[in-house]
Amino acid sequence: MTTQEAIPQIEDNGFAIDEFLAAEAAKDLLRFSTAGSVDDGKSTLIGRLLYDSRNVYEDQVRAVTGKQVSLRPTIDFALLTDGLRAEREQGITIDVAYRYFSTQRRKFIIADTPGHEQYTRNMATGASTADLAIILIDARKGILTQSRRHAYIASLLGTRHLVAAINKMDLVGFSEDVYRKITAELQTLVEQVGSHALLTIPVSALEGDNVVDRSTRMSWYEGPTLLEHLESVPVGTDIATQPFRMPVQRVIRPDQNYRGFAGQISAGTIRKGDLITVLPSGRSSRVASITTFDGDLEEARAPLSIALTLEDELDISRGDLLSEPQRAPQQATSLKALLVWFDNQRLETHRPYLLKHGASMRSARITRVVQRTNVHTLAEEAVSTLGMNDIGVVEIELTLPIFSDAYAENRASGSFILIHPQTNATLAAGMIRSSLSSGSSRPQPRGVLLLDTRGTVISRDVEERLIAAGTQVVRTQIDDAAILHSLLSLGLIVLLERALPVDVLESLASAGIHPIEAETYQPAKGELHGQ
Amino acid sequence: MLAPIHPAYPATPAQRVETLTPAIGLSHLKLLEAESIHIFREVAAEFQKPVMLYSIGKDSAVMLRLAQKAFFPGPIPFPLLHVDTGYKFREMIAFRDSIARELSLDLRVWRNEQALADGANPVALGTQRCCGLLKTTALLDGLRHYGFDAAFGGARRDEEKSRAKERIFSFRDRAGQWDPKNQRPEVWNLYNARISPGESIRVFPLSNWTELDIWHYILLEEIPIVPLYFAKERRMIVRGNSLIPVEQSFLNSLPGEEQWVRSRLRSLGCSPCTGAIRSDADTIPKIIAELVSFRSSERANRVIDHDTDGSMEIKKREGYF
Repeated sequence: MTTQEAIPQIEDNGFAIDEFLAAEAAKDLLRFSTAGSVDDGKSTLIGRLLYDSRNVYEDQVRAVTGKQVSLRPTIDFALLTDGLRAEREQGITIDVAYRYFSTQRRKFIIADTPGHEQYTRNMATGASTADLAIILIDARKGILTQSRRHAYIASLLGTRHLVAAINKMDLVGFSEDVYRKITAELQTLVEQVGSHALLTIPVSALEGDNVVDRSTRMSWYEGPTLLEHLESVPVGTDIATQPFRMPVQRVIRPDQNYRGFAGQISAGTIRKGDLITVLPSGRSSRVASITTFDGDLEEARAPLSIALTLEDELDISRGDLLSEPQRAPQQATSLKALLVWFDNQRLETHRPYLLKHGASMRSARITRVVQRTNVHTLAEEAVSTLGMNDIGVVEIELTLPIFSDAYAENRASGSFILIHPQTNATLAAGMIRSSLSSGSSRPQPRGVLLLDTRGTVISRDVEERLIAAGTQVVRTQIDDAAILHSLLSLGLIVLLERALPVDVLESLASAGIHPIEAETYQPAKGELHGQ
Repeated sequence: MLAPIHPAYPATPAQRVETLTPAIGLSHLKLLEAESIHIFREVAAEFQKPVMLYSIGKDSAVMLRLAQKAFFPGPIPFPLLHVDTGYKFREMIAFRDSIARELSLDLRVWRNEQALADGANPVALGTQRCCGLLKTTALLDGLRHYGFDAAFGGARRDEEKSRAKERIFSFRDRAGQWDPKNQRPEVWNLYNARISPGESIRVFPLSNWTELDIWHYILLEEIPIVPLYFAKERRMIVRGNSLIPVEQSFLNSLPGEEQWVRSRLRSLGCSPCTGAIRSDADTIPKIIAELVSFRSSERANRVIDHDTDGSMEIKKREGYF
């Protein structure tokens, strides 16, 4: 099937606008990202997709023909998508450009992102909302570091479907061997980056093979064309079955009789009469009504924007999260997360940043950079900071808790951005791996665990020094995990005069507590424990 | 009461909801609507003084409906600002005022009175300078006058190539200018709304809508629009392939050029700079049918985009929407 059928001709008296509109109304939406290097022919591929599916307006085609010296008497498809003046001067795409087209089955939003390495951040931006990513590969060159990076970033950002368009097949004589070799290498790569579904399609964007129309020159390929695949990939099927989550964006209160909590459902489905829990208060109530401009609904699901009223009067404000009681998100004041660093100012540990998560904003400090992933080799490297376009795992401490899920489970409640409190720059995109602390609904003060195995006399000296410094210290020989946890949760410094068993060490580590050698410990300025 | 301008499509809200729901998942229009409403609510919550720029056209009409939906059953919690060049069609102004009355909107109107008093017009100044004074300068002055820190605009990314890279939250410096190389990265639906005093954000809740989406939504939602969009016999100066509305035209028509032509406007601008098209489309379905067969992007009949290559980008850098 081609999309030519999707464009009815008005001259044709058989054109039925009602049928056309009914088909329009039934279309769903697929967001996909494309990433490719300057020479991969990515813009040409998108241009071809738009042109062959009749989505390029004629005056835009007019505007780009004959502007570049070309040996072929063809349209330069790349010029259809490269907009900005600066880019035309440089001859490269430098930012995320969004494109729109539709076929008889679907509407599509393309986030077209650049491939060269200084723009990892744009690739991440495009991938953040995408259900599918198209990775461009030049058949003559095989998998380059760029392809590897694209696959990795798409996978990190939770893009479910990966499609490798193996382009320029016309320049390798439409060779099945070339296609098979690259496909095998890609399979290995995809297993390495942990992505789920991969499809490889041999195409020639320039000549149109297997983009929209099936190639007559690669009869050995039996899979779908690129467009056929884009039209048939399942989309948005699982988000409505996840546990219910809705960050409260705003309280709507036009008069004394109505108090609605407005937000966009980020996961799950809600029905009138359902029990919900408000976080952080932990109080529960039932949904009295689901209000919309078009009338009350019995049921609403992600990602609809709605307003809810509750049976009980609860104190709820912007930044609170409505959740289903059984499967509530994790409360955390301490997170392990993956960051894509955007800003040219490098990450500074222990500096207060702002963390925006759903509709809530928190003060946050990065306490440790665990590792950085080398996007060329995918190797993990030990570093102390992250710079622009770096991707790495960090540990974050928050002043107030957030309620989150792991990004792998829930894109909306597992994602955040970091903002610089002075420059207001968007510093990084974050994906939550795990919460390092959880428990009571109050933010937990964090104690310090000092280990000293050399004997009571020395420990007493350490204790005196710390008390003199104005801290509250408990000296003990008890190595019971539960007791240590409760002492530390009071914010005390616990000076332990014996070595800890491995299981206790692990239990503490899972709460983000790592013992420090007593003799070397200096309480930080202003850090008064036990207040 | 504003009468519906077009025949009702699905007759009842229930039927409309059904039409909007495909077999699996949600329709693209429902998804776009949900995204836009989320954007409206974020801005209303995070800014001190937001405003909606209301241009009276079809995109503004959709934006207005989405704002109503975002805060329902409450009122829209911010004013609307119309930057009036003084050269808008009379039907546009009449429509604007009736909508404002009907919906009890807080509508502010801003004009560059000084430039108008000095006789600014597109013939005397050229299109570019005229737009610069009556649109861009007026807009920036209006925003500054009221101290608005966020302004909703109805621009869509599918309209023009430089718009394809526009963020939903588009940062403007103290001079109201846009730097395409210094845009904040925008990931997921987490918008960074933080600004320093004097800076502002332009917000584009219709970023992901296409022209067809806009028309289809107007149809399904029965959103009132300016009658100029519908074909009827209108007085036009016919010159070559161009139809120039006689109203306020600065052209002196040659004998025989002024005619009654069945025509309509595809986009609403200033009367001296907006061309009409010959058309029979007097209902929304007919307009959509015309649109899908036309395949010519809608801004092409605005004179401004053709001044120089990339002229929209230059305007945007200076502060134009």
